[in-house]
Amino acid sequence: MARDERSTLRMEAERDAASAEPLGATLPARRDEDLRRHLPGVEAERQVTDWGRSERVEGLMDRTLYDFFYNYWFRCEVEGIENVPASGGGLVVSNHSGALPPDAAMIGKAIKEEHSTPRPLHITVEHFFKGYPGFSMLLPKIGCVAAHPANVQRLLHDESQLVLVFPEGRKGTEKLYKDRYKLRRFGRGGFVEAAMRARVPIVPVCVVGAEEAAPIFAHLTALQRLTGLLYFPLTPTFPHFGLLGMAGYLPAKFKIRFLEPIDLSGGEDEALWEDKALVQTVAHEVRARIQENLFEMVRTRRSVWFG
Amino acid sequence: MASAPEATRRESEPEEQRVPVRSRRVLITGLSTYWGGRLAQALERDPSIEALIGVDNHDPTRELERTEFVRVGTQHALLRRIVEAAEIDTVIDTRLVVDSVTTSARNAHENNVIGTMNILAACSGRGSGVRKLVFKSSAHYYGTEQDDPAFFTESMSRPHPARTPIERDIVEAEAAVGHFAGDNPDVSVSLLRFTNVLGAGVRTSHTAMLDLPVVPTIFGFDPRYQFVHEDDVVGALRHVVTNDLPGVYNVAADGVLILTEVAGLLGKTYAPVIPPWGTGLAVAAMRRLGLRIPPEMVGQMRLGRGLDNRKLKATGFTYRHTSREAVAKLAEHQRLHPVLRGVREPYRYEREVEEFLRWSPNVRGADTRGEGRLSPRQLVEMQKLLEPYMNAEEDLRPRERPAPIEHYDDLTAAELVPLVRSLAPDDLRTLRRHEESARGRKTVLGAIDQALARAAAPEAGT
Repeated sequence: MARDERSTLRMEAERDAASAEPLGATLPARRDEDLRRHLPGVEAERQVTDWGRSERVEGLMDRTLYDFFYNYWFRCEVEGIENVPASGGGLVVSNHSGALPPDAAMIGKAIKEEHSTPRPLHITVEHFFKGYPGFSMLLPKIGCVAAHPANVQRLLHDESQLVLVFPEGRKGTEKLYKDRYKLRRFGRGGFVEAAMRARVPIVPVCVVGAEEAAPIFAHLTALQRLTGLLYFPLTPTFPHFGLLGMAGYLPAKFKIRFLEPIDLSGGEDEALWEDKALVQTVAHEVRARIQENLFEMVRTRRSVWFG
Repeated sequence: MASAPEATRRESEPEEQRVPVRSRRVLITGLSTYWGGRLAQALERDPSIEALIGVDNHDPTRELERTEFVRVGTQHALLRRIVEAAEIDTVIDTRLVVDSVTTSARNAHENNVIGTMNILAACSGRGSGVRKLVFKSSAHYYGTEQDDPAFFTESMSRPHPARTPIERDIVEAEAAVGHFAGDNPDVSVSLLRFTNVLGAGVRTSHTAMLDLPVVPTIFGFDPRYQFVHEDDVVGALRHVVTNDLPGVYNVAADGVLILTEVAGLLGKTYAPVIPPWGTGLAVAAMRRLGLRIPPEMVGQMRLGRGLDNRKLKATGFTYRHTSREAVAKLAEHQRLHPVLRGVREPYRYEREVEEFLRWSPNVRGADTRGEGRLSPRQLVEMQKLLEPYMNAEEDLRPRERPAPIEHYDDLTAAELVPLVRSLAPDDLRTLRRHEESARGRKTVLGAIDQALARAAAPEAGT
């Protein structure tokens, strides 16, 4: 219930806490064996997956809102969809923007619409949403999971799923319109580490258009404190049109570009993630590639609204 | 239940050098809890367990055949003497209170923290014969926080300090078990963290809530819930006792449901009547109305919890029910319960009856109970009873031998007396029996007795 300032991506801190576990240290541990074959089976009668994802709710959203925004409102244009792996795990890394960011849903819809083998995409979100009424109920049902390293590892490695992360986190979504398309710091490189541990490729993605679809002009701190939200933005439609104004996007033209995947699997016994310098180098490399492509896409764009 | 290739593969691993602990003399603490009783019933059928002793501070609630019950105080202060006297090699602690509505916070603390401390003290120390400790804990150890992972694994600790009294108790008890394991490296310590249990036999805060005609939820939340069926709880405890698996294990069935799905499976509607802000006040008001939602349950109703159950499954344990099936079983029970209410008398422990059934020589078929195993005391009784027959058998043996004197029956007493003196004592005894049964002549018997006395005299002298 309480707003927790610490609840950002806390990969390092949590790992330290885990290693300080008293019982784990004293009790003899069995060697880590491959637990993947012990994953629970699928029960046909279930309404949701073990992550709380509901096919019914997701399908409903997909047929109505997503379809409308993808085809008619944002008129998404997709490049390089073949860079998304058709099987196995994959970590999709994107820039992030918009007060109530529409980019995640559009990337997911793009994979569903354009890819030769449409796959579900798991979207990592802040822990904050799990503790906020309404969001807590809805977000898991449409494929969002909390951005916890253990969750990402299980999805990527154990379940061989596609996961979308926004390394900028909320720093990306709360940035003002004047800072558009300038990438923020990419966290602490936790996403690279996650991909290395799971031995899956990173697929960088650039999204152009989301910045103009939901621009933030200012932050209303007093209202933010009152509502307990992460931030309380002033957008063209929010807060004066109420909660629905949050989804009052302007019809900017969306362009989504999937870049060449970066292979991080390494050797069978190599623990690449232990090399902190390498992790940082790769994180910078991914950030640089996305930034470069973003500038290039903005440069060649003739109109914000017509592409 | 372990598939054969898997079991052999594990045993061939180099780190499995440790000799597995075989449990023969078992002590169950918390015998009168549902779990203690169920586990004792299950272990009674295991012929490799020769002694089964249960302790608790109140009478057993389930019918037991060969388990011996000893009543002890809540703090289990005198447990060490029982452990030593009975040469216990395995202690199974099923006593932890994990639902704070079952007892007061103070009793729970006394039981969970002080009781655990004393039980561990009884198992440790020099000369202790205890080689295995199985500790039943709860997934409340992990707590519920918004930055929790979706699936807790055994190696994760809670990132924040415990918020509710029961969670604090559990964390403290587990820490004590951890220290015990560190101090006693030769004792195999297994710790099981159970998620919420469902079944016809258990009453928890959650079953009470799910029994309501409408399931109350917190507005705007639809938490993830994982359950385990009561049979799987007993199965998991038994699996750990018989297979000797040191370490921490999560016990939770496959499949994580959401609360609205649970309500659907029970054929009920749900009502988001608890406000997301000011939940504490609302819960206090509901307590007035008779629905008790303990604080640790509020956390679950808001944020939910999932466990990674694969570590135990990898040891060869198979769950008989998934979470969904456990809820379906509960639904069946809820439909049947109003019909069956009052039909079956609940079991009541009566000390005199139990002791009569266990120890009285007049109980027929006593040796067939407990798969033909007798307690040491019963064995002694049996030996006493059989003693006369054993001697008789010895006496019958010489009869097959030919009579020591030919044509004995034809001879007179006067002829016999001189012959008797030359015979060996064995033959004399045979002859005496024969004479007794045939003609019983006093002179002959007297002569035989004299000869026997003479034969015995030098033996006695040496």
